[in-house]
Amino acid sequence: MATEARGNIQPAEKSGMPSMPEQTRPGPVYTPPVDIFENDHSITVLADMPGVKAQDLKIDLRENMLTLSGHVAAPEEEKESDVIREYRSGTFFRQFTLSETIDQAKIDAKLTDGVLRLELPKVDKAKPRQITVRTK
Amino acid sequence: MLLRRVWPSRSTYETPFSDLDQVRRAMARLLDSVAEDTSREPGDFPPMNVTQDDDNFYLRAEIPGIKPSELAISALRNRVLVAGKREIPQEHAQVSYHRKERADGSFSRTVILPLEVNADRVDARYADGILTLTLPKAEEAKPRAINVRT
Repeated sequence: MATEARGNIQPAEKSGMPSMPEQTRPGPVYTPPVDIFENDHSITVLADMPGVKAQDLKIDLRENMLTLSGHVAAPEEEKESDVIREYRSGTFFRQFTLSETIDQAKIDAKLTDGVLRLELPKVDKAKPRQITVRTK
Repeated sequence: MLLRRVWPSRSTYETPFSDLDQVRRAMARLLDSVAEDTSREPGDFPPMNVTQDDDNFYLRAEIPGIKPSELAISALRNRVLVAGKREIPQEHAQVSYHRKERADGSFSRTVILPLEVNADRVDARYADGILTLTLPKAEEAKPRAINVRT
């Protein structure tokens, strides 16, 4: 059995969780690769989670801790036997601490072709209080 | 993973040296297969699984966020080629990146299956970032059960 590969794409290995969080499901846990960027109004998280369906994706934000978790059921049927196995199905899990306050009501999540796009709008900054220093 | 190589049968009317030749070719093939196994980077993109049942091979590959039109898939005899280009669209200029881990670029992988497939009846589906190919085994390549008479 052999495969040949060409091309310039440099993927990260599907990596396991360094420290296992509390798990509700058995099976392997993987860290999805992410892009995170922000502008003045929002923070955007893009995560590669191939195989995750919208109903199996959980996004949780509390106490500035953002948790992404998506379970992938093995697609193989009982009658199939392995010929080549390079990846396994399991749960994608990743947590981030956000330094900004997020407007929870306006969070927008889209899952397209295994890529999550999460828009986290920042709360409008409270107006700086004017402190007048009185002099005698 | 259990691999079973099917050795080509040889005809009986070859030259006296054909035995030697056969051995030499077998050695070359063995060395090739070892070299291929070790030289294959673990990070080849896309990661692929191949399974089989009696009638089909199933090739599954994790390719999140690609347009199906950017995929080129072809099958010939026992070789399957999956190639494509994954593009990550440019975000607005005024954003600042904290992390950039997702990979983009072009890829091309050839998988050599243990049996020939019927290239006309290959079915390809792309859903949730997983490409699934169903490759029917060629009728003439399928193993046949042989009844032993008593």
